[in-house]
Amino acid sequence: MSSAVISTSAALSRPFVFDAKAVPEVSLPFEPENESSAQLAPASAQPRPPQRIRRPNLSAELASADPRLAHITPASRLDIRPAPEMVSSGIPAIDALTGGMPRGCLTEICGPASSGRTTLLLAALAAATRRGEFCAVVDASDVLDPHSAQAAGVDLDRLLWVRCGDDPKPKSHAQQKGCPISRASGEREACPELVEWVGISSQPAFDFKRTSSHQSDHRLEQVLRATDLLLESGGFGLIVLDLGDLPPQAARRIPLTTWFRFRRAIEHTPTILLTIEQQPIAGSCSSMLLKLGAAKRRKNVAPGLSRGLGVEAPEERKKDCACDSKFAQTAHAHLLSGLEITAELIVSRLVRKPARSVVFATKTAWAG
Amino acid sequence: MPFACIYVPNFPVAAALRAEPELHAHPVAIFEGKPPLEKIIAVNDKAVGITPGMTKAQAELCAELALRPRSSLHESAAHAAMLDCAQSFSPCVEDAACDTALLDLAGMESLLGSLPEISRAISNRAATLGLAANVAIASNSDTAALAARGFYGMTVIPPGKEAERLGPLRLEVLFANHLEKDRPDGDQKKNADRLLETLARWGVRNLQALAALPEIALSERLGQEGLRLQQLARGATSRTLVSVEAPLVFEEAVELEHAVVLLEPLAFLLNRLLEQLCVRLGSRALATQELRLTLELENYSPFHQSSASGNSRSTISYCRTLRLPQPMLDARVFLKLLQLDLNANPPGAPIVKIHMAAEPAPPRSAQGGLFLPPSPEAEKLELTLARIASLVGESNVGAVELLDTHHPEGFRMRRFISEPPQKKAREKAPAVSKEQSAVTALRRFRPPLRVNVALENCQPVRVACAKKKDVQGNVLWKAGPWRASGDWWEREAWARDEWDLALQSEEAISFYRLVHDLLGGGWFVEGTYD
Repeated sequence: MSSAVISTSAALSRPFVFDAKAVPEVSLPFEPENESSAQLAPASAQPRPPQRIRRPNLSAELASADPRLAHITPASRLDIRPAPEMVSSGIPAIDALTGGMPRGCLTEICGPASSGRTTLLLAALAAATRRGEFCAVVDASDVLDPHSAQAAGVDLDRLLWVRCGDDPKPKSHAQQKGCPISRASGEREACPELVEWVGISSQPAFDFKRTSSHQSDHRLEQVLRATDLLLESGGFGLIVLDLGDLPPQAARRIPLTTWFRFRRAIEHTPTILLTIEQQPIAGSCSSMLLKLGAAKRRKNVAPGLSRGLGVEAPEERKKDCACDSKFAQTAHAHLLSGLEITAELIVSRLVRKPARSVVFATKTAWAG
Repeated sequence: MPFACIYVPNFPVAAALRAEPELHAHPVAIFEGKPPLEKIIAVNDKAVGITPGMTKAQAELCAELALRPRSSLHESAAHAAMLDCAQSFSPCVEDAACDTALLDLAGMESLLGSLPEISRAISNRAATLGLAANVAIASNSDTAALAARGFYGMTVIPPGKEAERLGPLRLEVLFANHLEKDRPDGDQKKNADRLLETLARWGVRNLQALAALPEIALSERLGQEGLRLQQLARGATSRTLVSVEAPLVFEEAVELEHAVVLLEPLAFLLNRLLEQLCVRLGSRALATQELRLTLELENYSPFHQSSASGNSRSTISYCRTLRLPQPMLDARVFLKLLQLDLNANPPGAPIVKIHMAAEPAPPRSAQGGLFLPPSPEAEKLELTLARIASLVGESNVGAVELLDTHHPEGFRMRRFISEPPQKKAREKAPAVSKEQSAVTALRRFRPPLRVNVALENCQPVRVACAKKKDVQGNVLWKAGPWRASGDWWEREAWARDEWDLALQSEEAISFYRLVHDLLGGGWFVEGTYD
């Protein structure tokens, strides 16, 4: 039996009654016929299995009759766990599916690459910052794109970005400025201002010195410690752990006790803890688990008209398009605006609903 | 019109005890002079048998005696703290001496309560600032000063009772200023000694006897100076205070007898200085937004000749500045921030002197609301950010500020500030409407992945990445290229063609942004659309 039923019974001040169908394994081998038969047998009687209490007002009598039962508290006297406040995730289809995101709970969003996890994440951040809340993103792989975040409507002034990486030392200006497609990256000078640096990566290739497993462990340690600190600090409306690019094997190395600690830290607070990953890793600690499927393109999207550079359109697009093949090219916006994202609600401890899914479409920031 | 006087007895010892509060339970002696002619100039009550004038060598025979050199740093800090204490009660303050401050309390009774309550509040505030001060309140400033010098603790002399209350005091209180401040060879000191000797020959031992002398006869024998002293003894003088505006300089310093090598013992010293600074700032209803820590380090280099002091130990300075986004007044937060900063940037040499200065700022005022969303507490947030910065690097935590450029990574990190929501709401209009649909987001690979691209008619048809096996496959759909360039007037020029690709991998279709570097000539996958 779920906690929701217990809360309802207690909230209505009705005698708490177990649902015999829901908990058949704890039912007594015999049922008392009436209230008087529910009286405890004397202590000298042979030991009996624990009985289920039908009426809470009998508990005091039972305790007075047998001190061994004094520690037993009727369920109706337990603290009522209030239903968490649900807030919008920023996408109406997701809200319709889940009822929103619960405050004070851990929500997991999992899915493969290009499944819309970051889209959903940015939508949630945008909704939270629109509500005036401060948010934090603990970015395990340093993948957040600030331009995408702004296009999604995120107020960047209210977003704390923690970029976890391999080197805890501050990156120099020469390492940061410039991009792999620029020249003379090694001739730049170090920036004296370490706080204000231009976040343009300049490393031309990969660093093969560190193994991927070492990098994952290092980043994971940074992520967990930074998350601990943020949860301890408090005051954030939404804290996001972006583990989406970590290998599932590395993400699964996070002990379950860590997730319990995180869940305990945000309990009874307005903070939402949201994790992005490839596979579910928090187990029973998450209150909601959303699984996103691979993105698909909508079939009724018209082809683009970018004709300047003479790009050939896909074959199926050419077939669908009635216009001249010279103009049948896929535009920037049209390639990405037709993405359909399938979200499936796998676990929800808040509302007992069967697993069901919803499909929503995305658009590009430059499509208008 | 009531006046108050704050007097710190035995000022050199009080200044030393303020710098080292753990010495309160020990006998303490302050010495002065050049070796070997160092002499004791002040002792506290617990130093029994040690008197001013003894040589340092004599005092060292007492094993439990804490001998400290006279420190102008400590005394100036104690003097500033005393003025802060006075300024926190009255805007009209006279800096009468290094150990004495006079306050005009006119009109303060309606604000601060009765005169005994005010004297108690002043005494408590001085104790909070680390000073054991005598406080006296009288109807004129000179009477208040004499009472503060003559009576221990708090004294309130009602109007008309000045002569009666001052009567039992010894004559030396009239010359305390000259006897303590001036050198032994000064003229005022000689005059004071001559007057005291004369009065002693007359049998005048206290102020009551002096006040009872006939004025004309006293004038004939001692002149105007005698009459002035008699007016003081009667408590009948009247003058206005010479008000001073104490400068808003909040500095504390400590000189170490033995150099500190480890950061942990340094934290205790920093904590003491920070607490004193915070109390001083709080007494002036101020906070701070910038802390400057200057450490003088011992230089062991035998070739270093530029010695700051005359001794053989040369020093170099090591400065750290702690800038805060908002004014704060919490010594524990400051200490943690300094500890984290020094852990990340250790001085690298033993520390012989610590100097700390706080830049005063008006405390922040924010009106909270019951129905406003929560925001991180400023002090906690600073600590959290500092701790995270020690984990991931200072440049990897903060808020994002987009730059006015077309460069794909044109942004920079800046300090994250938790400002009141209503202020930001007024400044900025919401950029997007509430009914915004999901916007396709890009996950950037930092650094971008170098890939091999198979071209057909100058268009990518297959992509393969050696580093990441997921990023490979035939191009299912593509869009582009979009050409962009910039910063051609600088050395960091860039030019690129962008493609949006859908790659058919074994499991599913993935969307990527492919970039061709027109200057370097390589192909990179810059990110994935997710």
